[in-house]
Amino acid sequence: MASTEEIRADLAEIVNEVTGIDADDVQLDKSFTDDLDVDSLSMVEVVVAAEEKFDVRIPDDAVKGLKTVGDAVSYIEKAQAAV
Amino acid sequence: MSRRRVVVTGLGTTNPVGGDVASTWEALLAGRSGIRHLTEDWAEELPVKIAGRVAVEPTEVLERVKARRLDRSAQFAMVAAMEAWADSGLADVELDHDRLGVAMASGIGGVTTLLANYDALKEKGPRRVSPLAVPMLMPNAPAANISLYVGARAAVNTPVSACASGNEGIALALDQIRLNRADIVLAGGTEAAIHPLPMAAFANMMALSKNEGDPTTVSRPWDTGRDGFVLGEGAGVLVLELLEHAQARGARIYAELLGAGITADAHDIAQPDPAGRGGARAIVRALAESEISASDVVHINAHATSTPQGDIAEGLMIHATLGAQADNVVVTSTKSMTGHLLGGAGALESIATVLALHNRVSPPTINLDNLDPLVELDIATKPRDLPLGDIAALNNSFGFGGANVAVAFGSF
Repeated sequence: MASTEEIRADLAEIVNEVTGIDADDVQLDKSFTDDLDVDSLSMVEVVVAAEEKFDVRIPDDAVKGLKTVGDAVSYIEKAQAAV
Repeated sequence: MSRRRVVVTGLGTTNPVGGDVASTWEALLAGRSGIRHLTEDWAEELPVKIAGRVAVEPTEVLERVKARRLDRSAQFAMVAAMEAWADSGLADVELDHDRLGVAMASGIGGVTTLLANYDALKEKGPRRVSPLAVPMLMPNAPAANISLYVGARAAVNTPVSACASGNEGIALALDQIRLNRADIVLAGGTEAAIHPLPMAAFANMMALSKNEGDPTTVSRPWDTGRDGFVLGEGAGVLVLELLEHAQARGARIYAELLGAGITADAHDIAQPDPAGRGGARAIVRALAESEISASDVVHINAHATSTPQGDIAEGLMIHATLGAQADNVVVTSTKSMTGHLLGGAGALESIATVLALHNRVSPPTINLDNLDPLVELDIATKPRDLPLGDIAALNNSFGFGGANVAVAFGSF
């Protein structure tokens, strides 16, 4: 099982690939929309890439609840634990 | 009210012989071909394994995140538009953006994005289809992205008329300025269709050359050995500006866009009228709209794709429209070096036409070893000087669907 930090780092790489935002800025307390300026279409791209990377499913309804990077990392941890 | 005159104040391109205008013009004058063997694995299975890839990959020019949100055709358009915009000097001028437009054509649109997403759908399911697929593949995406880049808020259009599209973009831009709907329009065309599906389709309709010799010798307009066109890719953009606007800001003026003629054959969905009557009517209309006579025309950048029938028909229409002056016109084919850029062709070739007038020299046509006896034209096989004084030139483009667009430029 990947650690929280490993998931954050992998997610940060995906965010960087999609949006160009520096991976070091993608920290747990950062809001995708308010701090990182990730628009809605980019968020869908990030989520789909994360699903592939972490082998989890993140339904559209759940995506709305992922306000911060920490929310996303927790969701991925729980989804992986449930498998 | 006197007619609003339109001039060319900026140029930009990326294409198989150059990643910008300067390198392109140098290559065209040197007679350098951009046609190569395709190195992709998929090319192995195709009946045609050559094409004209752009000389400089757009990802080397565009910022990475920006590039991944654009179809390849829009990447080319942005590279060309950024160069043309910088070249025009308008970036440093205070503008009325409500009077700034875009007319950026494409023959096929974002076909590689469409097909890549269909591959993802089939192989990985609907979840893997990109949320950006539609804004990337829509045919007006190149025009829309240029509009975003320069802040163009007048009409932002995408004319579609197959291989005549690029010229139609220029003709539409001329209309927008003449009708007082805009003062400046970025006009041209783009295409990125080097993919196994369009290549197989063009090959199966017997349009592509199957010549397996040296790739640089396969596109050979008017030569007896020609047997079809070679697919190219790339874009061209011209900044077209109201003369008074250009003069008021002291802009460098390359040439004047005098007029355009647009007609349809109503003959066949793919084959041109073998007598070239539709194309001839386009030339006649372009001359009339330009208020010039045949004797003013000293240069023609021909459509000349290297197909057996098309090259002959164009020769007939030049004689039918210019009469005795046809013998005094220096004709050339850019496609002998670049291959056929489809919706980008008219734009790239208009840039070549404008530079020929500006520099008073016609680029050569390469690979013309044995002129087809059915073609009676004075074709430049080496760079040829054009006369001094007020001169005019035509750029012809013809497309599937029977589309014909001739545009006329004048020295300035």
